[in-house]
Amino acid sequence: MARRVTTSRKALVTVAAFAIGLIIFFPILWTFLTSFKTEGEAVASPPVFLAFHWTLENYAEVNQRSHYLLHFYNSVVISFGSTLIGLVIAIPAAWSMAFVPSRRTKDVLMWMLSTKMLPPVGVLIPIYLLFRNSGLLDTLTGLVVVLTLINLPIIVWMLYTYFKEIPGDILEAARMDGASLRNEILYVLTPMAVPGIASTLLLNVILAWNEAFWTLNLTAAKAAPLTAFIASYSSPEGLFYAKLSAASTMAIAPILVLGWFSQKQLVRGLTFGAVK
Amino acid sequence: MRSTSHFALCCTAASSLFIAAAGAQAETTITVATVNNGDMIRMQGLMGDFNAKHPDIKVNWVTLEENVLRQKVTTDIATKGGQYDVMTIGTYEVPIWGKQGWLVSLDDLPASWDVNDLLPPIRDGLTVDGKLYAAPFYGESSMTMYRADLMKKAGLKMPNAPTWEFIEKAARAMTNKSAGVYGICLRGKAGWGENMAFITAMSNSFGARWFDMKWNPQFDTPQWKETLATYLSLMHKYGPPGASSNGFNENLALFQQGKCGMWIDATVAASFVTDPKNSKVAKHVGFALAPHKEGIKKNGNWLWAWTLAIPAGTKQVAAAKTFIEWATSKDYLKLVASKEGWANVPPGTRTSLYKNPQYAKVPFARITLESIESADPTHPSVQEVPYVGVQFVAIPEFQGIATAVGQQFSAALAGTESADQALSASQSLTKREMTKAGYYK
Amino acid sequence: MATQHSRVTARWMISPSVVLLLGWMIVPLAMTIYFSFLNYNLLNPGPHNWIGLQNYYFFLTDPAFTTALWNTIVLVVGVLLITTVGGVALAVLLDQPMWGQGIVRILVIAPFFVMPTVSALVWKNMLMNPVNGLFGHLATALGLHPIDFLAHLPLFSIIVIVAWQWLPFATLILLTSMQSLDSEQIEAAEMDGASAVNRFIFVTLPHLARSIAVVILIQTIFLLSVFAEILVTTNGGPGNASTNITYLVYAQSLLQFDVGGGSAGGIVAVVLANIVAIFLMRMIGKNLEA
Repeated sequence: MARRVTTSRKALVTVAAFAIGLIIFFPILWTFLTSFKTEGEAVASPPVFLAFHWTLENYAEVNQRSHYLLHFYNSVVISFGSTLIGLVIAIPAAWSMAFVPSRRTKDVLMWMLSTKMLPPVGVLIPIYLLFRNSGLLDTLTGLVVVLTLINLPIIVWMLYTYFKEIPGDILEAARMDGASLRNEILYVLTPMAVPGIASTLLLNVILAWNEAFWTLNLTAAKAAPLTAFIASYSSPEGLFYAKLSAASTMAIAPILVLGWFSQKQLVRGLTFGAVK
Repeated sequence: MRSTSHFALCCTAASSLFIAAAGAQAETTITVATVNNGDMIRMQGLMGDFNAKHPDIKVNWVTLEENVLRQKVTTDIATKGGQYDVMTIGTYEVPIWGKQGWLVSLDDLPASWDVNDLLPPIRDGLTVDGKLYAAPFYGESSMTMYRADLMKKAGLKMPNAPTWEFIEKAARAMTNKSAGVYGICLRGKAGWGENMAFITAMSNSFGARWFDMKWNPQFDTPQWKETLATYLSLMHKYGPPGASSNGFNENLALFQQGKCGMWIDATVAASFVTDPKNSKVAKHVGFALAPHKEGIKKNGNWLWAWTLAIPAGTKQVAAAKTFIEWATSKDYLKLVASKEGWANVPPGTRTSLYKNPQYAKVPFARITLESIESADPTHPSVQEVPYVGVQFVAIPEFQGIATAVGQQFSAALAGTESADQALSASQSLTKREMTKAGYYK
Repeated sequence: MATQHSRVTARWMISPSVVLLLGWMIVPLAMTIYFSFLNYNLLNPGPHNWIGLQNYYFFLTDPAFTTALWNTIVLVVGVLLITTVGGVALAVLLDQPMWGQGIVRILVIAPFFVMPTVSALVWKNMLMNPVNGLFGHLATALGLHPIDFLAHLPLFSIIVIVAWQWLPFATLILLTSMQSLDSEQIEAAEMDGASAVNRFIFVTLPHLARSIAVVILIQTIFLLSVFAEILVTTNGGPGNASTNITYLVYAQSLLQFDVGGGSAGGIVAVVLANIVAIFLMRMIGKNLEA
């Protein structure tokens, strides 16, 4: 028997949900609107919401002042590169944890997660020295390496919880049919795990895109991603709200759009094994 | 929206960008780290001139907010990371880094660059053991900026060298909180280069000093008590809300919007507050020296310069020197003047600029020069001190200590601590850090 | 089912991850431990003397240390409370039949995609600034005195900003979990005459327990090292009012360039994080046992 829902109740829920949704979204909307104002209008009192002279001058100025495309390109390479490499390393690990568990599997998993708890500032100088000695400062390679390592625990864990839900019988059957381990992973497991892998990929791209400590501290000109781009607008001289808003919009828009378009995939695997 | 179209264009455009970069291998590329201050951003807009004169040198910019920049260049130079060929550093770093041998001497810049034209107090601050280690891009002191219209309305006249008593009186007269006008705006954001630059300079005008000759901190002296009490009382009575998070930029924004009656801050702010494009009060700004206490012959003004320096160990010394020579030359000043007007020329570095009759017409030129010349880094206080520096103490430990002290003063301004608590906490934390650093043997 | 052969293969397949992470952990950690015993200030080159435990002594006796420890706890617990309670509430709301659920989900999920630096800058300048911020304008319009959030409620402000970033994450996980709740179970409870409150407490909450555990675990990992938000907004102040352990270590190593002291602080932070980790794993890891 389906539950009956009165229209008025549905309307009430809709209104409440939209109100809360808009409140949560508001800071982003406000930033977006401010990016089209002049600096004067951005700090007008009382504030104006829509009735201002829409202008693109902030975007033009930000574009002229910074190599947006270079930073954007770096962000893409770093976030996707580190996630893809992370997946390649993590899939076998997650496979073996999920299908050939040993007594220590859980401890290994928890230990991996605990490496994420090290405060990065504490190890900046050692890492900086290591990077200097190996010529990795201000290189995309260096950042991809660091971000792969930072997100590896999360990748392994997400995949592990996802793989665990795949019934072992199917793999068993494939093995009976004479599939090699490689084929088993490539042709049986991976297709079934696509939603989990997709969502792992998305979550980690987002995390890597937004990582602001290592990306800012290990780069200078060549490999600096969008986090460094933002740091040049954070508190310049004079009125800066509109330009800051434009730069912020440019920094977050790509990942926001990506996230919105792929939110179904993101959500589907984002359960960390908590949903049975 | 621009970024969506970028999104679609990304791959083609970004890869062509890289091909272009790879194709230009024959030229020398230098990486210049700089702060996101207005004058530096203007310089980036004028690079066409440099590129035309030196087509073989390509300049990559790393523009960052001051604190982030300082942290990055310091880490890099101290670990010999070699990421930058030219660094923008201040007068605090130059003597310390020069002494460590971390900087390339600039004594061999060509005669046309005219080292003797540099303003003496600025040049002295950049010279270590007789060698010049950095070229000043712009220099600044601090001064009182005020709203002449509001002063007139209040029936007051700003003297050339106001006292703190007068500042208090004027602040009271100009404050009109219901109209959103606050009599005085001062830095409150914690940081050695933020509130501590102002308060340390201010303390000099009350006869205080950071350390005695044995490096004992002096926050328990009556001079410091008076400094902090005056600062807090001005700000609590006549300052804007949220002052404890206001730094230079926040105050500039406030002043430009007409929300401040007076603002005592960097002389470079003058060109921003008189710029009609960004400042609502451009026509009404007056200038005076930084205040002093009746009977004490030190004004509360500092001395600072943003300079360009070359880290030792870079492979591009020649190209870096070429760039620095261009950016700090007399011709660069003329270039800016021709494009943006004399008021926007980077100030405070060259005597010739202040002898230029066209520049003399700029309303803040005289006060800026007078302020810079009155600052004496070797004798910052009327008392004897073991250190160099007006609004800082040129020892490596100072940044950390002063930022922590700045936190205490910022807390006192926010009202979460009393003035006495802030001073005694500052006294003990400074003593602690100096002990740790081994100053008391 | 697992043969000896597959066990060997499994170990071989897991090793890249383990080796890499072990290296990533041990090499910097060893260097940090070594530095923590030296008198090593970046700005003073030359020989770095061995000074034993002095760095640890100075870090642990720093009056800021206890404040920072307490702030870290308040920050983590505060954000966890807001995000889990808010997340459960939002999940329950969004699980109801309604129009335009997809749009609401898009609105709610958005903050998770925003860089911490950007969100801190936006909140600081455009919302919380008492003169130009929107909250200030709102307060003035209502005839109230604008609150200077970052000066008077610094830790609270940071908790709000961080909670805003993590609320979407909690909501999404909890919503997915809600949707997997068997509607027959609810209906059965309804038939038995259980009130809405009782249905929530006895049916919904137990079902969500595992998801809540996951949310707490993952968020704690990230919340222990909250840093960018503090750096951008309050710089740990006023005073030490919003300094957490991570920020304190930052101040030591990158404001004072005291690598020795910063390393000692880093090691202390690692030890503390591990204590938290052990607790978490004990309490929550059990919950995750499949």
